[in-house]
Amino acid sequence: MAATKDLKTKTLSINMGPQHPATHGVLRLVLELDGETVVKCKPYVGYLHRGTEKLGENRTYPMALPLSDRLDYVSSMANNIGFCVAVEKLLGIEVPERAKYIRTIMAELTRIANHIVWIATHALDIGAMTVFLYSMRDREWILELFEMACGARLTVTYPRIGGVRADVDQEFLDHCYKFTEAFPKLVEQYETLIDQNRIWLQRTKGIGVLSAEEAINWGLTGPTLRGSGVPYDVRKFAPYDAYDKVQFEVPVGKAGDVYDRYRCRMEEFRQSNSIIRQCLEKLPGGLVLSPDAPGYELAAGPRKKPAPPAPPPKAEGAPAPDAAQAAAPPPPPPEPPAPAFEEVYVATEVPKGELGFYFISDGTGKPYRMRIRSPSYVHASVLPRMCEGSLVADVIANIGSIDIVLGECDR
Amino acid sequence: MNELLGVFGSGPTATFLIELLIIIVKIAVIIAITMLHVAYATYFERKVIGHMQVRLGPMRVGPHGLLQPIADGVKLFFKEDIIPAQADRPVFQIAPFVAIFATLSSLAVIPFFDLFYLANINIGLLYLLAMSGLAAYSLIMSGWGSNSKYSFLGGLRSTAQVISYEIALAFSLVSVMIMAGSMNLIEIVMAQQEYWYGMYLVPQIVAYIVFLIAMLAETNRTPFDLPEAESELVAGYFTEYSGMRFALFFLGEYVGMIVMSSIAVVCFWGGWTLPPIVVKLIPPLAAVPGIIWFILKVYIHIFFFYWIRATVPRYRYDKLMALGWKILIPVALANVIATALVKFIF
Amino acid sequence: MEPMEIAEQIKGKFPSEVKEIVEFQGQVSVLIKKDKLLEIMNFLHKTPELYFDFLVDLCGVDYLGKKETRFEVVYHLLSIKYNKAIRIKAEVSEDDCVIDSVVGIWLGANWHERECYDMFGIKFNGHPDLRRILMPEDWEGYPLRKDYPLKSDLGDKEWKGFKEVIAIGKKNLAYEVR
Repeated sequence: MAATKDLKTKTLSINMGPQHPATHGVLRLVLELDGETVVKCKPYVGYLHRGTEKLGENRTYPMALPLSDRLDYVSSMANNIGFCVAVEKLLGIEVPERAKYIRTIMAELTRIANHIVWIATHALDIGAMTVFLYSMRDREWILELFEMACGARLTVTYPRIGGVRADVDQEFLDHCYKFTEAFPKLVEQYETLIDQNRIWLQRTKGIGVLSAEEAINWGLTGPTLRGSGVPYDVRKFAPYDAYDKVQFEVPVGKAGDVYDRYRCRMEEFRQSNSIIRQCLEKLPGGLVLSPDAPGYELAAGPRKKPAPPAPPPKAEGAPAPDAAQAAAPPPPPPEPPAPAFEEVYVATEVPKGELGFYFISDGTGKPYRMRIRSPSYVHASVLPRMCEGSLVADVIANIGSIDIVLGECDR
Repeated sequence: MNELLGVFGSGPTATFLIELLIIIVKIAVIIAITMLHVAYATYFERKVIGHMQVRLGPMRVGPHGLLQPIADGVKLFFKEDIIPAQADRPVFQIAPFVAIFATLSSLAVIPFFDLFYLANINIGLLYLLAMSGLAAYSLIMSGWGSNSKYSFLGGLRSTAQVISYEIALAFSLVSVMIMAGSMNLIEIVMAQQEYWYGMYLVPQIVAYIVFLIAMLAETNRTPFDLPEAESELVAGYFTEYSGMRFALFFLGEYVGMIVMSSIAVVCFWGGWTLPPIVVKLIPPLAAVPGIIWFILKVYIHIFFFYWIRATVPRYRYDKLMALGWKILIPVALANVIATALVKFIF
Repeated sequence: MEPMEIAEQIKGKFPSEVKEIVEFQGQVSVLIKKDKLLEIMNFLHKTPELYFDFLVDLCGVDYLGKKETRFEVVYHLLSIKYNKAIRIKAEVSEDDCVIDSVVGIWLGANWHERECYDMFGIKFNGHPDLRRILMPEDWEGYPLRKDYPLKSDLGDKEWKGFKEVIAIGKKNLAYEVR
């Protein structure tokens, strides 16, 4: 019998094409297999590239806001909040308290909705079909809440620069409170289906292991990084909105495998629930949109229009001024020259990781450069490192655990 | 019966022709009834899994979706028959027929109840194991013939899985054969009446559990449905099939489920008989025809298939092979040795 | 150490490379020349008091006509241990559109640099696999440059059936377009 090393073998090259039930969007993976083992894995992205950054350069800031909705279309409130926080820092706008709390509630509801989609698709790929249906049923509740607040379920454009679009009414608050009361038991329902299941543990423990140093070096963020033991969460490191006023913990894993990332996200369900509850209890009154909020026709020049000076007192004996002349306001004083280039980078913690907006403004009302640092882009780049050396079935588990959405990856 | 058919005259040729006619009628009856059961087994599956997933399943076609299988059959009948360009045509076209042939011919030896069976051969169990081995051919033929990498991988995985679990299946049935002393299925059923609980389920509980798990793997059902795992290989070895050929594979899978459930019922649950203790306690039950009990027990097993599918995730390939070779086969072997020892001593 | 102090430290160590330090809204950017980029990045990554282990973002900016050097590559660094962030901007001129790659320091820079090449045409020395990522492999032109149009009339290169489809649509219009 010929020795094994005399046999010439060739690797089988398989294309998990852009259309595939498991790749969460249009991700293309070219795998080279030796039997069942993946020898090489090359991801190809760019099938959903829509030129968001270039479009943003040709629109004023409020007009560019709906572009951010469509990045990670599963959690659009969070993208909007990221955009608004960045522009507010750039323009120096102060957001009223009530708006901050409402935005925090919406961000955490989005976190729950996003993690529901994640667990539904992850479990479905691994084979447990029933989790999908149980969790989507609960996502309907959240989408109803969004519809009550702003009329849209998926791509909302509800948080605006300077606050939120409109106030929430009492019905929304009651419904939201009922949701927070019922939700912990629902999370337990999903967990009983898979958490202690031997097959689930076999398929997720020890798969796709990344150490903490590697994960940081690759630039991972969010639960993908926290599964490896690094407690980095933008909400704690650089708080925005009302996150410094609520108490919550950031779940951190130990082993850096698919199972730990799964446990991180399941714990985040409960933490988000508690944050929403605290915000509902502490919700102050007041405005929901700052008076400095920019309109669509954001003027060039300094951001605050100075108030027109008071008209001069009528001199005695002077002829009565013309009605039109009295009504017309005096011409504004000459404006100081706009600064050359100002830039900010602000990151927010979206459900998938750290979404960063880098704006360079040149004094006109439009961003000179709008750069979106999306977590899914970075996470998709780590797939070769995770998949090479493991089996084909683990590729599916890995894709599920890094939680990518191609809209955000390709922008 | 022979007097009624005396119109054919008497003599050896006539007897032969009459026997042939009876057999053909029986075959037609078995196939028709089985096909009807298979069609409604698909409907039953969708309803059961739907209700387990907090939804209703098919509701629109007919009252409560009862005409759904007919609609599916008509749709598949009218679909275009697509054959991939570089496919190996004879192999590609024969594969579904081999699948359905192997599973349907297993029905020939299964005794549905004491008055109705097609053939009563002395090697009934051996014949059933041989036919399920033949079904493995269709997997490799469809995987190879489709000339597509996904189908090829799926076919290879599926074949390896099926032949590994056949061994465990056979060993669990060997212990039944030892206890009954025969491979004739009717004698096995009758032998179970010796016990007051009327089933081999109790003394052979280990063999039954091994058989259940191997049964799931033989029919490529969850949690062993990696070959047709949708999210990984689209549909595995029957990715490239469409229309009526796909329908044949599908039917073959469900007939296989029914055949396996029937084997389990005949060997472990006492076939069409009731346990003697039950007949003693509730005499009227003995008047119910045996076919009702048989169908009831088969459907309990089919429900078990669906229940597992709705609940449990999927095994990874190497863990699946490890389970078959390293756990099930040694356990089944140990059971055989223990049964033989007990039978010898007592 | 505050970001401003870190910027001063960089300026102290590499006085000839640092061109400008700007602070705006609490964020510090340091504008450097691109020649000693790897040394500066290694200094930031490996010094124990600074320990910038996380490359948050790497992008390019096109300042066509507004500044003398056309491109800038912007690196956002974060030190998770000390929770300090800084922005390094390296100037890249149009005629010498090459810069060193930091993939050796932070593996996450790989795809960011590919996108920068794809969108601006800036080449990275030492990158293992520099090719287009978001645009199709055979695309010509660098979309995010300021002289690349947002919408273009491709004329002859337009997809052949496009004009026919529009004409058919106009012909079959069943309602008034208001």
